[in-house]
Amino acid sequence: MKYIIAIIKPHKLDEVREALTGIGVAGMTVSEVKGFGRQKGQTESYRGAEYSTNMVPKIKIEVACTADAAPGVIEAISVTAGTGSIGDGKIFEFDLAGATRIRTGDVGDTAL
Amino acid sequence: MLKAMKYMGAAGLAAFASLPAFAQEAAEAVVPVVDKGDTAWMMTATVLVMMMIVPGLALFYGGLVRTKNMLSVLTQIISVSALAMVLWVLYGYGMTFGGDANQFVSTGKWFLAGVTPDSVVATFSDEFKIPEYVFIAFQMTFAAITVSLVIGGLVERMKFTAMMLFAAIWLTIVYFPIAHMVWYAGADEASTGLLFGWGALDFAGGTVVHINAGISALVGCIILGKRIGYKREVMAPHSLTMTLIGTGLLWVGWFGFNAGSALEANGSAALAMMNTFAATAGGVLFWMLTEKALGHKASLLGACSGAVAGLVAITPAAGNAGPAGAILLGAIAAIACCYFVMKIKAKLGFDDSLDAFGIHGIGGIIGSIGVAIVNLPALGGQAGDDYSVGSQLGIQALAVLVAIVWAAVGSAIAFTIVKAITGLRVSEEVEREGLDLGEHGERAYNY
Repeated sequence: MKYIIAIIKPHKLDEVREALTGIGVAGMTVSEVKGFGRQKGQTESYRGAEYSTNMVPKIKIEVACTADAAPGVIEAISVTAGTGSIGDGKIFEFDLAGATRIRTGDVGDTAL
Repeated sequence: MLKAMKYMGAAGLAAFASLPAFAQEAAEAVVPVVDKGDTAWMMTATVLVMMMIVPGLALFYGGLVRTKNMLSVLTQIISVSALAMVLWVLYGYGMTFGGDANQFVSTGKWFLAGVTPDSVVATFSDEFKIPEYVFIAFQMTFAAITVSLVIGGLVERMKFTAMMLFAAIWLTIVYFPIAHMVWYAGADEASTGLLFGWGALDFAGGTVVHINAGISALVGCIILGKRIGYKREVMAPHSLTMTLIGTGLLWVGWFGFNAGSALEANGSAALAMMNTFAATAGGVLFWMLTEKALGHKASLLGACSGAVAGLVAITPAAGNAGPAGAILLGAIAAIACCYFVMKIKAKLGFDDSLDAFGIHGIGGIIGSIGVAIVNLPALGGQAGDDYSVGSQLGIQALAVLVAIVWAAVGSAIAFTIVKAITGLRVSEEVEREGLDLGEHGERAYNY
């Protein structure tokens, strides 16, 4: 099993969700996050007092899937979340040691 | 604003030289009456000023602080304005309008003794009077908002007990005397307010409210010191949405403040109302143009700040300027306040956190001096033929100087006394954690 974490632009969330459900991903976890990478932050100005916010708002998506499905998931996120500009985000892939569905006690692939 | 005119003497008349020549004869002939229209309007105007304080000013200031201090600002404003109302009933009205004593304070009518529903005070027209209780309540709201305005320089670091003690002392030694000096007309020169006797124009409170609050906030923020992390940490406003709501409530309430200062529901009140639109609109646009010219984006906070700068500047001139002159005054105040706040303040090194001095102090000075110019008939002003702009400018400048010195010295004394008794600042830990929890045991938002 694989655990995939993707950091994407907030306005791309709906497209990514549609693409992932389209290829059979049954669930995902989404959080609003802030961070920085190569994309520069913005400068805010209040009555002349300037604050540069170098933390940019992003969406973090977490998906657990079978090892076979992982390349498709990564491909789908990569295509739909991309705009070609700096700040599109990153996708991280982890090996997942186990998974349990709390309601039934199912473990492994059937829990996904 | 001409106040307590039942004792009005020659000095009082001189301040309103535009009164027709036959006024003296007519005064003997007419028996003044209380007009229900005037009374209804003045009661409305009074509660409009109340709305400026809570929730208007509270939300305007509250939106500008950080989330952790939102509730402390709201609490400070409702508390000091309540304190001002209580003191006004006990001795504030007595010190300000209670009866002839000297040029600096009144004495009499302690606890409003002797005032009944039948008591009346004069308006600007010989034919009409208004109930004294309406006048007392209207003036009470002015004391309450002025002390609340000072908080703009003190937020996010001052102890609540110190704030309350300061408010009590400051109202007593600064506000009540200045209001008396500017607005009280006694039977003779020796009992008429000093600035009123000089013929200083202050329709709705440029010196009494805005210069007074602005200078006191400046002195306060210097004595109190900067907030921890000032200019190093992000101190962005936590909700400009709240600040816009506050701005709107202030603007609407200001019609009570300015047009109510006519003391009647008539053409003078209508002019003040028109000017309160015109100057404010000018202020909004010219603040945004100024920030654009200084290399920033045209901002909502700029629009709100410009509105307040325009409102402040037209306050002393609301019944004197014409609408075009009002736009001019609002625009000049917005340009000057914006330049001061964005460019000059940063170099001066004091933490006037919400720009109480930068907007009320500077805008009040511009309005209180500018009233002499926009009063000119050539600019649409209300001055009569014998008006001398040069001598009026001199009087206005002197009145401004007196207000500045009195407010500065008085508030320095008040802050020093409070510092000795309770200390001024919260502990560093409370300041970092936020005054909401540290001083009041609540949060503004729980979600």
